[in-house]
Amino acid sequence: MKEFPTSALPALLVGLPMLLATMSLFFRVKGRALLGVLGSFLVGSLALFAFIEVTKYGTIIHILGGWEPPLGILLRMDPLAAVFIGLTAIIGIFISLYSWWYFRARIASIGRFPLFWPLWFFLWAGLNALFLSNDLFNLYVTIEVITICAVALAVLSGEPKALKAGLRYLLAAIIGSMAYLFGVALIYGSTGTLDLYLLGEVLKPGNTTTFALIVITLGLLIKKAAFPFHFWLPPAHSAALAPVSALLSALVVKGAFYMMLRLWTEVFEVSLTFAAGQLIGITGAAAVLWGSWQALLQTNFKLLVAHSSVAQMGYLLMMFPLLVLAPGQMADSADWLAPAWTAGIFQVMAHAFAKASLFLSAGIVVMALGHDRIESLRDLVAWMPMTAMAIGIAGVSLIGLPPSGGFLAKWMLLKGVFLSGQWWWAPAILAGSLLTAGYVFMLLRLAFAPARVKDPFRPVPKILQVCALLLALGSFLIVIPAENLIQFLEGSKSFGSGIESIVKGGGYGNE
Amino acid sequence: MKMETYEIYSLTSVVLFAIGLGGVFLAKHFLRKIIATIIMGGGVFLCFVSFAKRDAITFADPIPHALVITGIVVAVTAAAFALSLARRIHKLTGEDTFEAKK
Repeated sequence: MKEFPTSALPALLVGLPMLLATMSLFFRVKGRALLGVLGSFLVGSLALFAFIEVTKYGTIIHILGGWEPPLGILLRMDPLAAVFIGLTAIIGIFISLYSWWYFRARIASIGRFPLFWPLWFFLWAGLNALFLSNDLFNLYVTIEVITICAVALAVLSGEPKALKAGLRYLLAAIIGSMAYLFGVALIYGSTGTLDLYLLGEVLKPGNTTTFALIVITLGLLIKKAAFPFHFWLPPAHSAALAPVSALLSALVVKGAFYMMLRLWTEVFEVSLTFAAGQLIGITGAAAVLWGSWQALLQTNFKLLVAHSSVAQMGYLLMMFPLLVLAPGQMADSADWLAPAWTAGIFQVMAHAFAKASLFLSAGIVVMALGHDRIESLRDLVAWMPMTAMAIGIAGVSLIGLPPSGGFLAKWMLLKGVFLSGQWWWAPAILAGSLLTAGYVFMLLRLAFAPARVKDPFRPVPKILQVCALLLALGSFLIVIPAENLIQFLEGSKSFGSGIESIVKGGGYGNE
Repeated sequence: MKMETYEIYSLTSVVLFAIGLGGVFLAKHFLRKIIATIIMGGGVFLCFVSFAKRDAITFADPIPHALVITGIVVAVTAAAFALSLARRIHKLTGEDTFEAKK
C-alpha cells in the first residue's frame, strides 16, 4: 500500500462537488444555476487533471485524515477508476451545460427546478467516491448516496407518474443495498476485514463466502437493473426530466456495474465457478434480447430509449462469462481476456455518450412538441437537423456499426466470445444489434418522412441541440485514443486479469 | 448440541431479513412495503453485531458497531425519503398502492 504516491487529488474529487452542492443552497435560483455551470467546469477540469496525473504517475492514493486502514479510509485512484472519473467528468460537463439552458427555456411553463444543482453535485461526489473506494463498507455508503440523489432527481418534476416510478426505484434500490450489506456483514464476520486488497488475499472458499457472493451479486444486479430485476428502470428513467434521465442512464447504473466488476475480479476470485459466470452471461443475454424487443414495441421516445438502456447494460454483463475461466484454463494462456475487458470498458463509454445524447435529444423533442410520441417525429430532419443527426449518430453507436465506440465494444466482445470457444453468446449479441437497428431505423424513417401538420415543431435553443450532437459525436471520438487507453488501463491491477475457477470444496465456514 | 449465543442472533438475523424481503414483494400498501424494508435492515444490522462478540473471553469488536451506526443513519434517511414520497403520492392522487385504482 505504501509504494503508491500520495496526493490530495482523490480527496478533492469527492470534497469539491460536495462543497459546491452545499454552497449552491445559499444562492437564489439564478445564482445557483450560474454556480452550477461554473462548478461543473471546475470539477470536470479537476477530474481531467487527476486523470492526467494518473497517466503520468500510475495509481495514486489518499489516506483520509492520516488514519491508516483498517481504521481509516483509503481512497485509491488506479487507471480503471481514473477512466470512470474522466468519463463522468466529460459527460457531466455537457449535461450541466444542457441543463442550464434547459431550465432557462422552461421557466414559463413549469419552473426552474432549483434543487437540481445541489442534488447533481451530491450525485457527482457520490460517483467519484464510489470509483475511488477501496473497502466494502465505503462502497455501500457511496452507492446509498448515489441512490438517494438519483431518486430525488428522478422525482424532481413532482408529477404523480414520476413520484410513483421514483418510489418503485427507491424500494428496489433499498432491497439491493440491504442484500449487499448482508453480504458485507457475512464477509466481515468470517475475515475481520473490509479492505479490497486484503480481502483478495485472505478470503477463503467456503459456504459463507459463496452465500455472501450470491447476496452481494444479487443486490448489485438489482441496482444495475439486470434482467429480471429491470422492472424499475424504464418508468423511472422515462418519467424524469431530460437532463436527469441522461444522468441516470449514462452514469448512475454504471456505478453498480463498476462495483460488480471490482468485486468479482479482485475479491471473490476464490469462490467463483464457471457456472456462476455463465449464469450472469445468461441474464445479460436475456436483457439484451428482451430490452431491445421491448424498445421496438414502444410508441414513446423516452420509454424506447429507457428500454434500450436495459438492453445495452445487458451487453456489459456478457463480459463476465468470458472472465471466469473454465476449470483447467490458465489466465496466462487465455488470449480472450484482453478483448473482453476492452469490450466492457468501451461498452461503458460508448453507451454513456450515446444514451446521454439520446435522452438529451428526447428532451429537445419534448420541448418542441410538448409530448414524446414517436409518430410526431415526422420531418424532424428539416426542422431540427442537428437533433436528427444526434439521434442518428448515437443510434449508429448503439447498433454497433463501424467506426463507432459501440462497434469496437461489440466487435471485441464477439472476438472474445469466439477466441474462448463460448460461441453460444454470439447469436444473442448479433440479434441484439439487429433489434437495435430496428428501433433506430424506425426513428430515422419517421424523421425523414414528410410532416402531416404545418409547423410541427416549436423553436428550441440551438445550444441544447449542440450539446446533444457533441455527446453523440463523443461516442465516435472515443475510438481514436483506444490503443493508448487500453495501454493505460493495463496499469490497473485487475484489468486484463481472469478468474481461475476452482472446484468447489471445503467445509462449513472459512476457519 | 448447545448453540453459541452469537449463532442464535445470526440465525435470527437471517429470519428477519427473509421476512422483510418477503414483505416488500407481497405487501401492497406503500407503508407496509416501507416497513418491510426497515425489517430487512434490522436483520442486516443484527447480523453485523452478532459477529462482534463471539466468545466470553475477548472484548467485543468495535468496528461492527461503528458500521451499524452508519448503516442505521443511511437506512433511516432512505426510509424517511420513501415515506415522504408515499405521502406526496397519496396527497396528489389518493392512491396508496402501485396498482391503478379500479
